[in-house]
Amino acid sequence: MAIEVRIPTILRSYTGGAKSVEGSGTTLGELLINLDAAHGGLRERLVDGEKLRRFVNVYLNDEDVRFLGGLETPIADGDTVTVLPAVAGGSLSA
Amino acid sequence: MLTISRDLYEKIIAHALADQPDEACGVIAGPVGADRPQRFIPMQNAERSPTFYSFDSLEQLRVWREMDDRDEEPVVIYHSHTATEAYPSRTDISYASEPQAHYVLVSTRDEPETEFRSYRITDGVVTEEPVQITE
Repeated sequence: MAIEVRIPTILRSYTGGAKSVEGSGTTLGELLINLDAAHGGLRERLVDGEKLRRFVNVYLNDEDVRFLGGLETPIADGDTVTVLPAVAGGSLSA
Repeated sequence: MLTISRDLYEKIIAHALADQPDEACGVIAGPVGADRPQRFIPMQNAERSPTFYSFDSLEQLRVWREMDDRDEEPVVIYHSHTATEAYPSRTDISYASEPQAHYVLVSTRDEPETEFRSYRITDGVVTEEPVQITE
């Protein structure tokens, strides 16, 4: 079962420069564990503990997975997962 | 150095002034690898806040896909500070993740005077750079 995962420039050091890679799993969480086997360290950049890091946006097809089920979001063959760095900031230091 | 046309420079400032007191944000796209800002894309500030900004995640997906289809990248990522100087905050630095981008900060605190400055932010290190405006 193959799911296409599109990788942003900043994380392509984990994929040997590839813009997209393939993985498998029945949930986003499983997919990221599966990807980490071939692309060690990638999952750590996306997940902190059991949650997605706030510095990244992860999309299933056209939806932000934060509005679906986060790492529990079900995925299926033929889906596309897109990772983008979140763009945010502001004058007040958090 | 950031080289930017006067037209784009003025569009960024106009957006910053129009969204006061909230922070304004957006992107200028350009051809991949050319370091030439060309296409002005104002973004919604999903926070609608005078002290924070974030791109709306779905709008960002749309815009990033469109850039990808056109072989563009974000050459400039800009936002405004409405009550502080045009210098990246710790929050700005922690989120900065486009090493090829020029991070432009506009301060509107002394409106109608505005401050327009540009930075590279790589691995948490901020380097200010000169801005050259072309006619």
